[in-house]
Amino acid sequence: MHHSIEVEGLSYTYPDGHEALQDVSLSIQPCEKVALVGPNGAGKSTLILHLNGILKGDGEVCVAGLDVNDKNLGRVRARVGLVFQVPDDQLFSPTVFDDVAFGPIYQGLPENEVMTRVNEALGTVDMLDYATRVSHHLSVGEKKRIAIATVLSMQPEVLVLDEPTAGLDPRARRSFINLLDDLPITMLVSTHDMHMVHELLPRMVVMDEGRIVADGPTEVLMKDEDFLYEHGLERPR
Amino acid sequence: MHVHFLDSYNPRASLIHSLDPRIKLVMTLAFIISTALVPPGTWPAYILFYAMILSVEILSELGVGFVHKRSMLALPFVLAALPIIFTAPGPELVSFTLGSWTISLSLTGLERFISIALKSWISVQAAIVLAASTPFPEILLAMRAIRLPRLIVAIFGLMWRYLFVLADEVLRMNRARAARSGHPDIPRGRVGGSIVWRARVTGRMAGSLFLRAFERSDRIFMAMVSRGYDGEVRTLPLPGLSLADWLVLTVGLGILAVVLLLGYLL
Repeated sequence: MHHSIEVEGLSYTYPDGHEALQDVSLSIQPCEKVALVGPNGAGKSTLILHLNGILKGDGEVCVAGLDVNDKNLGRVRARVGLVFQVPDDQLFSPTVFDDVAFGPIYQGLPENEVMTRVNEALGTVDMLDYATRVSHHLSVGEKKRIAIATVLSMQPEVLVLDEPTAGLDPRARRSFINLLDDLPITMLVSTHDMHMVHELLPRMVVMDEGRIVADGPTEVLMKDEDFLYEHGLERPR
Repeated sequence: MHVHFLDSYNPRASLIHSLDPRIKLVMTLAFIISTALVPPGTWPAYILFYAMILSVEILSELGVGFVHKRSMLALPFVLAALPIIFTAPGPELVSFTLGSWTISLSLTGLERFISIALKSWISVQAAIVLAASTPFPEILLAMRAIRLPRLIVAIFGLMWRYLFVLADEVLRMNRARAARSGHPDIPRGRVGGSIVWRARVTGRMAGSLFLRAFERSDRIFMAMVSRGYDGEVRTLPLPGLSLADWLVLTVGLGILAVVLLLGYLL
């Protein structure tokens, strides 16, 4: 078990010529909870999509002790739980059960273990009663919780979340933050929610225009209001 | 993270690109209609039409290769005309028996089939040049300007607009599936699930996509209505046609008429 994320000199250019990542290096230790912040279009989502090999740029990416390359792709995807920003993208099956069971079934687990995994995952996000519900009728908060369950059922070593609190009402957001706080797992959270960063994530990585412009303790970086403003961020009050 | 492949517009600073979209649309339609009207087997007329579209391709700086490669897309549709070889009356070329059936290839039929294939190949090239040299919104404006029914133009416009959104949605769904398609370190069962299960997943994804597209269309319509949509997408009026535009139109239509006439006289 490694539970770590290592990125070394990663660059990526989109087919239309836009340089989304330029020489990005990042190292996250096991069980560390790290915030990835920066303005829209800074390259946060692009970086995240490299962590399980959906995008392939130039440079080294090593997640949970595995090099992310074509040979390891399947094993990497089993170890990295990537939760997309829009839960509708994540939930492509008709029922909640089908979606949460997708990862375990794909891995070829026996049926009883698939059931156990699904129940555990839904239990963790407090959604056990929802297994037979139809995904697209749920509220955004419910969908977000189910989206987390769909990767927890794979028992990942690393959890990567893209904008987990966007569009949630305060109560859903609060329970979501508590949920993340309770998960004993390596976490990289891309977000604009500075309050959550302040509360939940002790380390902060700031990106802007495809580069990492700061990486350090949240408490220290949050004090520099001018720096935050310069990179499209704001200190929570 | 968007799908780009659908946009056929290929910006260049050529003469063809700078022509008024209305002229281009009318000329393309006129070209396709006259190609279709020329009688079968009038090869010299086909050569003239081909020469015309070839010179437009060269003028447009799109590259003859670019247009020809794209025009191959139309080939499968030509197959629809294949039965005509066997059904058209005329002198028999070859005939053979298949069980109790006698199948004969007629010379007239073969001539017609080759004519149809050539005509559609040439026509498709004209359409490709139009699409590659004119931004799609301008083609829509031109359609409205030549009084195409507004409902049809609105459907074309919305389809083009949301095809990208739909393709992006498919891209994101496939991404989400790939992200959860992991392999365990020590496989205990068949990795990837059974074929039936995978087919079912894919089918359900298609179903989800349909539902979302359907719901999105509702939301889009409500958003349009709440901004005063009444069936017509209004835009600023196009500037009047210049003398040069009229000249191009007259000369172009004139040439087409002459070639068409030639086709009937030959």
